Amino acid sequence: MGLALVLALIVVAEDQDQGVSQRIFYIHVPIALTAYFCFGLGAWKALLLLWHGEERYDLESYVAIHQGTIFGALTLITGSIWAKASWGHWWLWSEDQLVLFLVLFLFYCAYFMLRFSLEEGSRRARSSAVYALFGVVLIPVSFLAIRLAENLIHPTVFTREGPQMSGSMFATFCIAWAAVTLLAYVLYRVELAGKRLDADLRELREVLQ
Amino acid sequence: MTQGQYVAAAYGAVFVFVLVYVVIIAAKLARLQRETAELLELARSRERLDRLPHYAAPVRGSREGATGTE
Repeated sequence: MGLALVLALIVVAEDQDQGVSQRIFYIHVPIALTAYFCFGLGAWKALLLLWHGEERYDLESYVAIHQGTIFGALTLITGSIWAKASWGHWWLWSEDQLVLFLVLFLFYCAYFMLRFSLEEGSRRARSSAVYALFGVVLIPVSFLAIRLAENLIHPTVFTREGPQMSGSMFATFCIAWAAVTLLAYVLYRVELAGKRLDADLRELREVLQ
Repeated sequence: MTQGQYVAAAYGAVFVFVLVYVVIIAAKLARLQRETAELLELARSRERLDRLPHYAAPVRGSREGATGTE
């Protein structure tokens, strides 16, 4: 993460078009991709829960979606700051990419409302899993919206001809992406371990008392 | 605000988010550690009770902790 920060903020050359504000790209895009990945992982674990019926997948799906929501919030915040710096607006409702990501984010926020409105048990696990699976449809729509949109204010960096940036910029982006993915993975494992430990302790307390 | 300040704000927001997350996880781990210590103490006190000779074990629910020898 340190290396990614040094490269993104100091080493890599400034973009000729956007100037220094383009450096937000190295944190905004990896965080957005990680959010998509976490939501996808949550949906995959939900599918495994419905398929195999193993209880552990419920917690794994929940933690992945929780991570996705955190990274989703960060995507909206960093994107909004970048929009203000580049376009002069914090938010543009006319931009499909922004609105679709917001819809995806709010959809998964509602996941927590559904989950915590039901009593703990297999019914809650199954209902949450089905909801998480519905949300996965929004991921490719949100991801591809930028390419389908007619007015392209939001920049398209990755095209069929490859990344539209210099080699050093692309290398910095890849390192930043790896660092953010690693951070997400560590947070996922720590949160999952904490939740499992919490559940085990609750069970142990019931046995002892 | 200058462009540089926007960049600092974006990176700062990520840093603050991760920091808050880590603090929440640390607080939770501290709570789990405390609960583990409580349960360990409970399990040890149970073990000590089980090791006592049967006649000396306090009767559960008795206020004076009757020994059973009376």
